Amino acid sequence: MSASDMIRIRGLHKAYGDHQVLSGIDFSIEKSQVVVVIGPSGSGKSTLLRCCNGLEVAQQGTIEIDGVALLGSGSLLPEAQLNALRMRVGMVFQSFNLFPHLSVLDNVTVGPRTLRGMRRAQAEALAADLLAKVGMSAKRDAMPASLSGGQKQRVAIARALAMEPKVMLFDEPTSALDPELVGEVLQVMKLLAREGMTMMVVTHEMGFAREVADVVAVMDGGRIVESGPPDVIFTQPREARTRSFLQAVLGPAAA
Amino acid sequence: MNLDFSPVLADWPALMKGALVTIELTACALLLGCVVGLLVGVGRLNPRNRPVYLLCSFYLLCFRGTPLLVQLFIWFFGLPQFGLTLPAFACGVLGLGMYSGAYVSEIVRGSIQSIDPGQNEAARSLGMSSGQAMRKIILPQAVVRMIPPLGNEFIALIKNSALVSLLTIHDLMHEGQKIIAVTYRSLETYLVVALVYLVLTTVTTSILRHIENRLRAGGMVQ
Repeated sequence: MSASDMIRIRGLHKAYGDHQVLSGIDFSIEKSQVVVVIGPSGSGKSTLLRCCNGLEVAQQGTIEIDGVALLGSGSLLPEAQLNALRMRVGMVFQSFNLFPHLSVLDNVTVGPRTLRGMRRAQAEALAADLLAKVGMSAKRDAMPASLSGGQKQRVAIARALAMEPKVMLFDEPTSALDPELVGEVLQVMKLLAREGMTMMVVTHEMGFAREVADVVAVMDGGRIVESGPPDVIFTQPREARTRSFLQAVLGPAAA
Repeated sequence: MNLDFSPVLADWPALMKGALVTIELTACALLLGCVVGLLVGVGRLNPRNRPVYLLCSFYLLCFRGTPLLVQLFIWFFGLPQFGLTLPAFACGVLGLGMYSGAYVSEIVRGSIQSIDPGQNEAARSLGMSSGQAMRKIILPQAVVRMIPPLGNEFIALIKNSALVSLLTIHDLMHEGQKIIAVTYRSLETYLVVALVYLVLTTVTTSILRHIENRLRAGGMVQ
């Protein structure tokens, strides 16, 4: 634990009724770190990620984002401060959630224009830069319905970046994509990682975890069973549960 | 059977004046119904906001659960007992508008709830307040889905407006009955009156279809 932590989670517990989803998470993400969270489905990965911007509320524990207490002993930050904090936490969803009634350009500008008081011209200049970064400049006037899944997800990343967040959360960003479209989204995410963006990524893309992650965290049964550099996790995992998960996703030879 | 439309058509200007009253009345009631329906529909979205939810549900219960004719009579004959005597036209607008608002509110609520929750999550994750998310992201999408059921509601409103003839309002139906009182040509008169209502509802339908098509062409619908 250090002053350079971007996300600091302590003693996080969450249950839906009798079903315990998170049972005691202690975890930190440093600035500019890329943390990839892996684990079997139902292990609580997405719930943990969604807790980090208050879309889910855990009943117990604390979450600090960039020094601000998002969750303190089970109660969420008040509405106005929560909204201000969310502006600094970008989120990318599995199902893209682009705004279908807005063009690609407007999807990216609606955040800064509504929330950062930007004028249209200023917001459009920012959006043009971001769309260029994600390789979507040619589609700036298209409607989301006409885009492929990979294109939608790249626009969604640009939309989140338009708030100039300090940390980006990715909730299985490639799981809804056709296999041949996964690469273009991972490419953009690698670019962000190289630029020093702090990232928390829930994914099943082991190749991405191996190549890009600073830390891989393995979740099972609502706990982080093991975390460490990818070489260690993928080649010499300590925990039996990590080994069986990796065997299941990578095949027996790999782990 | 000998049909003779000439006495009815001789009074054509009176029927047209009545049709104009019907149009004015339903237009005002429509506006009231939409405003009330939007507020009540949004008010019933979140049952955890207890007072607002209960108030809106009570309104819905009363105005959807009782006959329109009874409601109109309460506005017109009941309120004067409390020293509140409104002009007949105002009673017609209030009666029709508040009745229609109950149905519109369910259309509004249903359309909003049919929008993928991911849309709200995406808006909130950018930092929008729930109000900003509703105005900028949810409502623009929901409005398009409201149009077909609202069309039904508008047409029902036009037809239901014939009941206000019982409140001494000189609408299309009332003018028709006056013609019958003089000519005794009830079948011919009612056929002509029905035809005028048919024209009103058909025009309304085509206007709404035009609006929906424009919204679709503008990419408002996936």
